[in-house]
Amino acid sequence: MGELTDLTLAGALDGLADKSFSCRELTDAFIAEIELSNDALNAYVLTTPDKAREMADASDQRRANGTAGRLEGAPLGIKDLYCTAGVRTTACSQILGEFTPSYESTVTANLWSEGAVMLGKLNMDEFAMGSSNETSRFGPPSNPWRRQGSNQDLTAGGSSGGSAVAVAANLCLAATASDTGGSIRQPASFTGTVGIKPTYGRASRYGMVAFASSLDQAGPIAKTVEDAALLTEIMCSHDPRDSTSLPVETPPWRGAVNEGVKGLRIGIPREYRIDGMSSEIEALWQQGIDWLQAQGAEIVDVSLPHTKYALPAYYIVAPAEASSNLARYDGMRYGARVDGEGLVGTYEMTRAEGFGAEVQRRLMIGTYVLSSGYYDAYYLRAQKVRSRILEDFNTVFGTVDALLTPTCPSAAFAYGEKSGDPIEMYLNDIFTVTANLAGLPSLSVPAALDQQGLPLGLQVIGKALDEASCFRVGGALERAAGFAGRPTRWW
Amino acid sequence: MSVSKDDVRKIARLSRIAVEEDALDQLAHEVSNILSWIEQLNEVDVDGIPPMTSVVDAALPMRDDVVNDGQIQSQILANAPRTEDGFFVVPKAVE
Repeated sequence: MGELTDLTLAGALDGLADKSFSCRELTDAFIAEIELSNDALNAYVLTTPDKAREMADASDQRRANGTAGRLEGAPLGIKDLYCTAGVRTTACSQILGEFTPSYESTVTANLWSEGAVMLGKLNMDEFAMGSSNETSRFGPPSNPWRRQGSNQDLTAGGSSGGSAVAVAANLCLAATASDTGGSIRQPASFTGTVGIKPTYGRASRYGMVAFASSLDQAGPIAKTVEDAALLTEIMCSHDPRDSTSLPVETPPWRGAVNEGVKGLRIGIPREYRIDGMSSEIEALWQQGIDWLQAQGAEIVDVSLPHTKYALPAYYIVAPAEASSNLARYDGMRYGARVDGEGLVGTYEMTRAEGFGAEVQRRLMIGTYVLSSGYYDAYYLRAQKVRSRILEDFNTVFGTVDALLTPTCPSAAFAYGEKSGDPIEMYLNDIFTVTANLAGLPSLSVPAALDQQGLPLGLQVIGKALDEASCFRVGGALERAAGFAGRPTRWW
Repeated sequence: MSVSKDDVRKIARLSRIAVEEDALDQLAHEVSNILSWIEQLNEVDVDGIPPMTSVVDAALPMRDDVVNDGQIQSQILANAPRTEDGFFVVPKAVE
């Protein structure tokens, strides 16, 4: 057996079950790896080794007692927007200061109740607003992947960049992440990992720091499709404390991974073939089509005519919701207060010092599009366009079971390459944002390395509540791709 | 859509974010660029289309109007920048 930290989640659970190693040994291996690597990679913004060892010992005890949970003994990393009781939670924003929740998010509580172990909190863009982690208060993480023959630091994407780095570099078995416009799938694509955003309402938003509530959804980043399925099963649950949590059963998804795609109808939306798309991405997409066809899927050319309007609609809806959600950060009840002149002056100074430039920009756009006189022209129109986008999906899902597209228009880019122009950065989400606007499940699976040796992902979009098809197609792509690429260790 | 310096001053105020006078021009430029890019939504025919209110067909659940939490004053105050005698301490709000 190789390093314990190389294991997949499923492999580690097998090893724990047959007593090849204890949870304490596995956890200690991850703690040692994090100590060795985190200075260079900056994936964790807070490590909790003492808590991890304590949870590991308790886990070994439960296993000995025969009361093992479904994730018993699995050391995981947690994105810093999940509230973790007694452990600092900041969404990587200055404004939260040293905020330490007294309560646990439902998603993380689900993980702990099945025996998982927390290694620490993972880096992200401030309030999940970004595609490169350059807006993190703690500075960005480094992608373990680099271009061949280059030592230039690349972004791992965002906003769940820390989660993607930690999984790709073996700093945890798997990680929680969250996705508002592509924040799980784009970092997964940039790091050769698997990520899924479940159907809106599958996982509870209780205890997740809110960005845009009608779009935010929890999901995992993992090493394999099977690991992602296993984790999604446990992260999702009906929760009365989230009024948009769906009162539905969470089905077992792990089995779907190996069901194959024979007989499935896979739609290829022609509008995703955008101008200036690189020939490599185009070729990878065709390769994915061929792989599915070879395994018995039927390929259908489909049209989603309003695709190009998804991103501009998103940049009204998301900032509007954010401007409302982030109004709570006033420096009065929690977080970092900065004194100003009087009450309003204190609000204004607290928010000027506490929010970074991108967050401030989005809050102002959100405030503007909701302001009197502009609401109908911007917000209401965007919500109508959103209805159009959902209609497009409903129409094609009348004839196909799932859609196949590239995850991103490019491979990982270098820091600073796109941060000059906000719109250029926003375009990263062009293929992922539609699933958020329509609330659909969507998975990214690593499919190939580009000519520079960087991973590229393919995206599967399923019908609402049909994560099973996403896992079936994802599993089929994973087997056909045989993606075994690992970053060359430079850190 | 072009946003002026005055517009930005106003939205900054509404957003309760202090913005330095010399940062207004740059912000007006950035916000204008984003808003003009968003303007392509005007091409979409939305006549008779209802605005989306929820991506999933689910009625908001109701619960009984009863006290189901409480007695956690110390937890509520635990992260406050300033407290006194079990209260949040804030700048003077009423003259």
